[in-house]
Amino acid sequence: MQLSGAQALIKSLEQQGVETIFGLPGGAILPVYDPLIDSTIRHILVRHEQGAGHMAEGYALATGRPGVAMVTSGPGATNIVTPIGNAHMDSTPLVVVTGQVASAAIGTDAFQECDITGITMGITKHNFLVKSAQEIPRAVAAAFHLATTGRPGPVLIDVPKDITQSMMDWWYPSTVEEYDLPGYRPEVALDEQAVERAIALINASERPVLYVGGGTLKSRASKELLAFAERTKMPVVTTLMARGAFPDSHEQHLGMPGMHGMYSAVTAIQKCDLLISLGARFDDRVTGKIPAFAPHAKVIHVDIDRAEFNKVRFADVAVQSNVAPVLRAWDGASATPHNLDVWWKEIRSWQEQYPLVYDEPATDGPLRPQHVIEAIGAKAEPGTIVSAGVGQHQMWASQFWKFEEPGTWINSGGAGTMGFGVPAAIGAKVGRPDRTVWCIDGDGCFQMTAQELVTARAEGIPIKVAILNNAYLGMVRQWQEMFYDERYSEVYLSADLPDYVKWAEAMGCVGLRATNLAEMREVIDVANSINDVPVVIDFRTDSSEKVFPMVAAGASNDDIQVHPLQQKGSR
Amino acid sequence: MTPPEPYLGITDHTPVRLHILSVLVENKAGVLARIAGLFARRGFNIYSLAVAPAESNARFSRVTIVVDAESAPLEQIVGQLDKLVNVVAITDISPKDALERELLLATIKTDVDNRTSLLDIIASAGAAIVDVDAKSVTVMLAATPGNCDGLEKALEGFSDVELHRTGRVALPRLGKTAHAY
Ligand SMILES: Cc1ncc(C[n+]2csc(CCOP(=O)(O)OP(=O)(O)O)c2C)c(N)n1
Ligand SMILES: [Mg+2]
Repeated sequence: MQLSGAQALIKSLEQQGVETIFGLPGGAILPVYDPLIDSTIRHILVRHEQGAGHMAEGYALATGRPGVAMVTSGPGATNIVTPIGNAHMDSTPLVVVTGQVASAAIGTDAFQECDITGITMGITKHNFLVKSAQEIPRAVAAAFHLATTGRPGPVLIDVPKDITQSMMDWWYPSTVEEYDLPGYRPEVALDEQAVERAIALINASERPVLYVGGGTLKSRASKELLAFAERTKMPVVTTLMARGAFPDSHEQHLGMPGMHGMYSAVTAIQKCDLLISLGARFDDRVTGKIPAFAPHAKVIHVDIDRAEFNKVRFADVAVQSNVAPVLRAWDGASATPHNLDVWWKEIRSWQEQYPLVYDEPATDGPLRPQHVIEAIGAKAEPGTIVSAGVGQHQMWASQFWKFEEPGTWINSGGAGTMGFGVPAAIGAKVGRPDRTVWCIDGDGCFQMTAQELVTARAEGIPIKVAILNNAYLGMVRQWQEMFYDERYSEVYLSADLPDYVKWAEAMGCVGLRATNLAEMREVIDVANSINDVPVVIDFRTDSSEKVFPMVAAGASNDDIQVHPLQQKGSR
Repeated sequence: MTPPEPYLGITDHTPVRLHILSVLVENKAGVLARIAGLFARRGFNIYSLAVAPAESNARFSRVTIVVDAESAPLEQIVGQLDKLVNVVAITDISPKDALERELLLATIKTDVDNRTSLLDIIASAGAAIVDVDAKSVTVMLAATPGNCDGLEKALEGFSDVELHRTGRVALPRLGKTAHAY
């Protein structure tokens, strides 16, 4: 069967089971948009290519399936660089197709030419510049294979226009060998000796902590984690990337570690004698000052990417593997630490002394952002998916939302990309239309990508957006308050400019506002009653609120600052 | 204030712990850029680099990279390098087990009448004359990097020298094996 390269590209995507493409056309990718008309694949037309990338990420994080985005060359391609970088930092499986100028024009500074494979070399797992139409099926199959196996990540396919316009004989690779990736071996045999040495460390430990990272979600190991944790009675912490990997309601769950982590989670790591890292990478936002991190702990490091071993912290035992097989092997061997009663008694005392707290909300406002998140959570049905932007609101969402299952927390971790929340929520809703999707956003973040609500309205994707409007780039304001003598430099945004309600309405959404407790309760109910169009709520929150606990950048986790209500001399 | 000295990479003060990585890569466009980009963004130092099509198979090339394992642990360098999809195999030869050779070419401007000392140098270095005319001599030396250093130093006395070196390639000494990753 003879097909054009463009037809082959679309057919290859269908072959991979792609249901949705997020994208926006232009000159170089034009040929591919023609056969799309006849395809079963749904295309969601974004208003900015950054939106397409973050939507694909939200889709991937909510479903566990790779997100797909398609854009044109030059500025279309550079507009999607931020999401690619974001997906790279968070190991999110993405396949991004970019149009490229015709092969003969490459290197001539042709109209809308840019070296996108060069630009994204350092922020993709791999990328391809396709050299012939006949190669398209292989490139697509290989891209999906690379994006979803081993340590997942973004893969970019750059396709010159002449190649999508030329003809090929249809074929599709049926075996991994046909992908032609001689240097790629994602599966590794489980190192039985390392597993044994880890068991010896577990059996000897009296104060273990399970340090659960995003890799646990990526490798779908939540069930095994629950079984292992319950059998061994070990305390569990879940990083920002792993929220939902272990139920927040579980009594063994201490919550999130790190810069804005729970006091008990941070302190348990500091005091533990064995730290079992499951798909985590000792990010500086978790470790604080590295030499002072978990100073008494032996470390078992389980990761599929061996380059993570000893990168930041020496691993006494490193096991290169997905998380689940290791947990099963440990369970099979009945690896069990000592009696943990004394350890738990200590942990419980930290939990009792330093729970999450915030100031009592005043009846007539301004609202407390933490309270708003709890109020939304209290009215949300189980399984509700939550996305966030980046800033204070993100930390509060991670702290105050109760995550019970994988795929319910859609967040930009490693890159901290402002503007992630709205498009990622849209992508998540496309992937999980059965679920309610809330975006907990900041006023600053909202202004970066809000235009995608036009996409959401046009495509019938009814997400709910809660803007915690503190009139500031709040997280930066917090640092300036605490570390720059309250010298506020370029962080004020205004609560009223823009008018978020009018803006929402102009985009075809329902716009609501809440300035006091009664309005807060009412608008949440209204939002929950609307299921056909997107809803945006402007919650007027207190500008002076800060995120606690906090470990200052570069400080030891021993020097964690708790909420002023809990500091000595208060109350 | 006097401006700071420009940074010239490895200096006399930098303790250098070199390792020789022999990296088999797919012969695809951009592979070298991927390797160079990885080293640049992760702050690994490349001391020398030599590339050529690999023995017997046009699909692959062999890249011999001498890395400064002071700049990052070798385990990190190898682990990150191995993640490049186009990298097929990596072996590490520790310097004491390595048989290293490098090619040096140098053209020295010197009149026919003043060549005695040059000829002495060439002879004692074991170099060969590969081209010659009335004004210049071109010499070649295929030797250990240390011997190439020696010849380079000896030629410093001449005012007009154009000298190129290839960077080294290496194999394990007989009876020794490279560490395969
Ligand atoms: C694209 C981008 N630019 C800048 C930053 C730095 N930054 C981190 S948080 C933040 C403030 C976010 O403001 P807002 O969305 O209002 O959230 P808040 O902290 O007030 O909750 C900024 C500017 C970033 N993370 N991402
Ligand atoms: Mg704000």
